[in-house]
Amino acid sequence: MTRSWMRYAILLAPLPLFLVASYVLPFFVVAKWSVTDPEPGLGQYIRIFTDPTVQVVLIRTLRICVIVTLVSVTLAYAIAYNWVFGPPKRQRLIEYCVLIPFWISVLIRAFGWLILLRNNGIINESLMSVGVIKEPLALVRNELGSIIGMTHFLIPFAVFPLASALRQVDPRVPQAASGLGAGRMRIFWTVTLPMTMPGVLGASIIVFVFALGFFITPAILSGGRSVMVAEFIYLQLFQTVNWGLAAAISVVLLVIVAALGALLHKVARLDKLVG
Amino acid sequence: MNRFQLNYANYSIVVNSVFNLSSRKNRKGGVGLAPQRHRASQLSAIGLGKSFGNFEALRSLDLTIAAGEFLTLLGPSGSGKTTFLMALAGFLKPSRGRLEEDGVDITDRPADKRNFGMVFQGYALFPHLSVTDNVAFPLKVRKVPAAEIKKRVGDMIERVGLSAHAHKRPAQLSGGQQQRVALARALVFEPGVLLLDEPFSALDKNLREGLQAEMKRVHRETGTTFVFVTHDQSEALALSDRIAIFNHGQLMQAAEPRAIYTRPDNRFVAEFLGRINLLPLEGCSAIDGRATGRLGEATLSAPTGAAALAGRQSLLAVRPEHLRIGAAGADDNSVAGVIADKIFNGAEMSLQVALATGQRLLLSVPDNSAAAALAVGAETKVCWPVESGFILHDDRNA
Repeated sequence: MTRSWMRYAILLAPLPLFLVASYVLPFFVVAKWSVTDPEPGLGQYIRIFTDPTVQVVLIRTLRICVIVTLVSVTLAYAIAYNWVFGPPKRQRLIEYCVLIPFWISVLIRAFGWLILLRNNGIINESLMSVGVIKEPLALVRNELGSIIGMTHFLIPFAVFPLASALRQVDPRVPQAASGLGAGRMRIFWTVTLPMTMPGVLGASIIVFVFALGFFITPAILSGGRSVMVAEFIYLQLFQTVNWGLAAAISVVLLVIVAALGALLHKVARLDKLVG
Repeated sequence: MNRFQLNYANYSIVVNSVFNLSSRKNRKGGVGLAPQRHRASQLSAIGLGKSFGNFEALRSLDLTIAAGEFLTLLGPSGSGKTTFLMALAGFLKPSRGRLEEDGVDITDRPADKRNFGMVFQGYALFPHLSVTDNVAFPLKVRKVPAAEIKKRVGDMIERVGLSAHAHKRPAQLSGGQQQRVALARALVFEPGVLLLDEPFSALDKNLREGLQAEMKRVHRETGTTFVFVTHDQSEALALSDRIAIFNHGQLMQAAEPRAIYTRPDNRFVAEFLGRINLLPLEGCSAIDGRATGRLGEATLSAPTGAAALAGRQSLLAVRPEHLRIGAAGADDNSVAGVIADKIFNGAEMSLQVALATGQRLLLSVPDNSAAAALAVGAETKVCWPVESGFILHDDRNA
């Protein structure tokens, strides 16, 4: 008994050891920097809540995350609903349209959007050639570009938990509502949506957490003009060499994500959402 | 399916509350909560059919359900009974034929416009709403004023004995309580028709019987047309005004429980409902309203109704409870055989008697009778009054 337990422990040990060595230990170092660099004290944390530059970045990040969460969860709900309840052909089509972009590198997708959205990109060129607009629309190298790219990237992450929540709805319950006299809209608003609310909250938290830490997509699509918090940390590390501030923001970010993770665990068990 | 696993304590509470409800009614001299008569609709299926691809789930059904009737749809699974119920509810679009309510064509009317109450298998309660909000749902949909909703929902919840649980969610209730919520929700808007899809299938046997009695009382009090699907024949016999038996998408017979049991129209109905002995008769001829034919050495008779004997294999059908062991009386059929098997069933004993012609007769006799004491292998005579048998055609070979 004890010996076989030992054997399993040895077999299982590499992964936790690797995680401790590559994540937990470096994190303690980062946490240490946040209170020691450039001098010991909570100066960097005070800066986060007082320095206007940091404030602008934090508020912008929050705004983008909220918009991206609302838009992508709403669109993902419509997609998931059709995926679960639609005719088989539509279900197949949705599977391809959701899964294929899901497998494509985030970098390639960001450049793809850049090609589509830039001033001399496909969208602006064709709109100008048919005369709908005179000047190119500012679709990219700004906040809008980041929001479009992030929403596109995050929709599948919301589709899966929402589809899982919709699959758990006993089809007889909406059917019963119909038999009791409710039309389709009323069934959706009073039965289906409330029954899937844990899935909606779960999907929102997942999307929000991902959006909070987004780096490549906003960096490429905003062209450095609307810096989000992850890019800001990168800039503090590698351009202004302010490791203390970067570390302090990282710690704050991690605390927020951990709190949201705990909330997610409470509103909807994670294994139920992805399973 | 945790919520259906009732423990003993749970269901005894429910059963008690059923009885409390009736005893409270009795104390008030049968008045209780003044029974409210609902309107009742007559439903007709005319040539109604439903196909799924090549599979014919329902073949050309003609059936009229009288206003206020308690009709049970009975049959093995896949017989078309649930298909018919779903077509009545408007959840399935029939492939052929028409449906009428009080003479008005409702074939193309969607489910939410039909105004029928329905109790689903597994109840399909709204899990996110309290008992009160579940029952109020159909009234809110119909834009009934809030004050009236409050009153009617309160009355209805009291009527099914759930006032103490009005604020609870379905998951906090036992199976029997959920079943009553489903019933209250389906009846609160006083529908002309109540459709019930195996409402007792998830419940314990003891609990079932209490709720069956209550269902019957609700039917009496409301006067609404009930259409009830079940595969449990004792439930069908106990509850219904009329039973419609389905097989392979076809209506085999629709008649009152006693009539369908004592005089089934065909072999399927005879064998499906209860147990029956079927004896092939040779050289069958009809004289004076009696069909007489030979089975081996014996000559057997049974009343023949309008059934023609022409050319088809006739079967003499007789229920096990009509057979007895012993000497034949003046107007009895009699055959000789050997006791082949004995099975103790509690109140009665089942005997199997092997005949020289190879058939086995099934008898049920009281456990304390002399017949029950016969040993396996004993030679004996089985007899039954001519009047208790009847003639069927062998539709399997037809």
